[in-house]
Formats: sequence, structure tokens, C-alpha cells
Amino acid sequence: MAEDEYISGENTYKENEKIFATRVGLFDHDQKRVYVVALKSFYVPMVGDTVIGKVLEVTFGGWLVDIRAPYPAMLRASDALERPVRPQRDDLPSLFDVGDMMIAKIVACDRTRDPLLTVLERGLGKVTRGQTIEITPTKIPRVIGKKGSMVSMIKNETGCQITIGQNGRIVVIGKTPDDERSAIMAIRMIEREAHTSGLTDRVTEMLRKEKGEKSTKEVVENVPKET
Amino acid sequence: MKTSQKKPEKLIDEKDIRYDGRKLNEMRPVKIEVGVLANADGSAYIEQGKNRILAAVYGPREIHPKHQALPDRAALRCRYHMAPFSVQERKSPAPSRREHELSKVIREALEPSIFTEYYPRTAIDLFIEVLQADGGTRCAGITVASLALADAGIPMRDLVCACAAGKVEDRLILDLDDLEDKSEGADVPIAYMPNMDVVTLLQMDGMLTNEEFEQVLNMGIEGCRQISQLQRDALKAKYTAAKEAEAEKEDEAEEAKK
Repeated sequence: MAEDEYISGENTYKENEKIFATRVGLFDHDQKRVYVVALKSFYVPMVGDTVIGKVLEVTFGGWLVDIRAPYPAMLRASDALERPVRPQRDDLPSLFDVGDMMIAKIVACDRTRDPLLTVLERGLGKVTRGQTIEITPTKIPRVIGKKGSMVSMIKNETGCQITIGQNGRIVVIGKTPDDERSAIMAIRMIEREAHTSGLTDRVTEMLRKEKGEKSTKEVVENVPKET
Repeated sequence: MKTSQKKPEKLIDEKDIRYDGRKLNEMRPVKIEVGVLANADGSAYIEQGKNRILAAVYGPREIHPKHQALPDRAALRCRYHMAPFSVQERKSPAPSRREHELSKVIREALEPSIFTEYYPRTAIDLFIEVLQADGGTRCAGITVASLALADAGIPMRDLVCACAAGKVEDRLILDLDDLEDKSEGADVPIAYMPNMDVVTLLQMDGMLTNEEFEQVLNMGIEGCRQISQLQRDALKAKYTAAKEAEAEKEDEAEEAKK
């Protein structure tokens, strides 16, 4: 891919002064660092990531959570309760039951240990409404956009509340199912066309059109009733 | 597709043309497609002559049974399997001795290409399904499997490509098919990482002199390089095809506006 003086960045490695890509993706460089933006990958947990997980199992002192990583994540009861746990009294399934979705943060994770989660921060906790969708984790930065431009645009256009997990799960909570649907359509569009430019504008256009169509449809539907 | 084949009297004629019309150092036509299965994390399909092979990759994912987990790297688990209808005489679907051995050999040919140390305690599962076999399936299997791994987004040092070379009727040839393989002579399957110039699989059955072996090896590596180019094209094709479809869609949208 490149030789000599460059520093090997994301998704690349260096051998004998030559840099090779380790994944299929788009090549890019800034000054001396070359890197590849992968087109497809899977989620690898990192400390500090906000993730959206699904409860797999309620165990004695906590929950086992699926965060779409190769490792099962653990949420201990003490990281969800904010006080010492009394195993006899506390009813863990009433907090999170099997199948519940949660927004959580990874507090510990390394090569030898499975990730540990917490929900004791602002914005974290159980997901009680809305819909979750899954996309490839590499496309998450694209959904967020430069300084959050993409999400805030979708939020404004659809009036939905959107939470993005670094593990490629996104929770969309809207006032009506239609709002949620158009937000999801926008996200799917971003996923499909992530490697093209000028995307924010096109997504805006798509959403506006969607809205326009809906309002005209409503008018048409209303007309026969009156007559 | 395969009707009862009659063995031609000679596999190679006086003009050095093989019974199927190929030159001595010519490969069978190859067609590769990447990302053919929706439910696998990565997949690929190859047609090499009459060979038709499908590969699927899952992972890295949690390892079950847990005792197989390796503390320092991901475990690559590989299953090479031939469909009962892949050969002339029905093959029992149960994994045979040969399939067990090939699974191991293929796993070991691919493992050096993967950064398994990035994902300790996980499993990468690889399934190679031979739908139609016509000699050289282990090589074609390695070629597709490597693409399926790349398609799954697993970080790799290099793509592994594989090709066989050998000796038939006292002449050295590239990419043996079933008939040539079964004739007397020698068969040398080679798997190779072109960027790193590393051979990851080298087997031989039959007899070759030292000089012949050297020639066959170089011929095989040359074949691997050709395969490698096709691999890269196939991988790119998956994404350029997606881009073109988008461009078309945009064009249509613009036309609709007019």
C-alpha cells in the first residue's frame, strides 16, 4: 500500500518498511499517517464506549448482556443499584429482565477480561420505548457525522430522540411510529451509501420528500370523507 | 454437468496441448464472487473449471465449548466438506478421513494470514462446502476461504491464494484437474501469500526429481499470483458493483425530476 516513511494507522500493519491494509476499505492519509476506513467490520469493546445491549440472562449478582461483541458483557447489580446489593431482598429481574434493551457504558475491558458495564450515568439505563436497529459498527461515525451534524439533522427533521451505541445498535424513539420509520429509513440510507460524499444533504432531501408525501397523502385521504 | 467421462488415451498430445485444450502452464477458467450469503458474516464462491465451492465465515464470536478457547488468540475452526452430490459416485455426507485432514491443512494454511492475536478467547468459524469437485478443491477452497475471511472484516496480513502444479505423462503442468490428478505423476498443491512472499501450504504426492520439484514449485507460485489478482478483482467488484447500482439509482432519480 505505502512504503518507508509513513506511520501505519488504523487497519494497517507495517512489515519490512512496507505498509499493508488488513481490511477491505477506503484508503486515506493525513501527513505521515496512512489508514484504511473499513467497509465492514464487527464490534470490539473499548473502555468508555456507550453501547446498546440486550439482556441474555439474569444471574445471581448481575446480568449477562449481549453487546454484539465476541465477548459477553457483565453488568453487576452494584453497577445498576447505586447502593450495596442485598441478594435476598433485591429483585434483579424487576430492574432488567431477559430480553430488555439497555444503554450502558463499558467501564472495564481488556484482553483477559470480559467487558464490564455500568448504567449509573446520565442518559444510561433501560430502553422502554422506541425501536432498535443494527448497522455495521464502522458506519457509526458516518451516522453521527462531523461534530454530530448528521444525527442532529435527523433528530430535527423527524423529531425523534436517537441514541447511538458504538456497537452498531441505534435506538430511535419518536412521537409517532411514522417518525421512527422515517428516521430508520434515513439511517439505512446512510449505511448503504456511507462511502459517498454529500450524504447529509441527500438524506435531508429524502426526509423532506418523505414528509411532503405524507402530508399530501393525508389530504387526499381526508377529501372523500368530507363529501 | 459431469457425464460419464471416458479417459482419453493421452492427457497431453505431441503439441503439448492437454486433453481439455489447455496449454501446459494454463489455468482453468476462474470465476469468483464475494458476499454471496446474506446470513454469514463473510462469504465467497468460486468456480474453477468444474469446481464449485462456497465458503462462509462467522465470527470472531464467543467460543463454544468454552474449553476450546485459547487465552492468547482467536481459535480458527475450519470445516471442509464435500456435498454428497459433488462427485460422480455419491459421497457419504459424514466427514471422512480425507475431509478431516483437509480441514486441518486448510486451517493451517490460513491461520498465518489472520491477526488471531487481536481477539483472544474467541472463535472464527470457517465452513467450506464443495458443491462440485473436479480436482484441486483444497487449493480452490483456500482461495475462497481467504476471501470470505476478508469479506467478514477480519484483519488479515494478506490474502492467501492457492494453486496446484504437477507432473503428468512426464511433463510439468499447472492446475491439475481430476483426471490429471488421478493419472500417474505428481501433484504439488501450494498456498501462498503474495505480498509477504510466504508459502503456507506445500504438499506433494508422487515422485519428482529435485530439479523437477523446483520447477513445479515456481510454476505453482506463478499460478498463485494469477489467482491472487483474480481474488483482488473479485473483492473490489463487490463494492464497485454497489457503487454503480447507486449511481444508476441517482441517474434515474435525476431523470425522474426532469
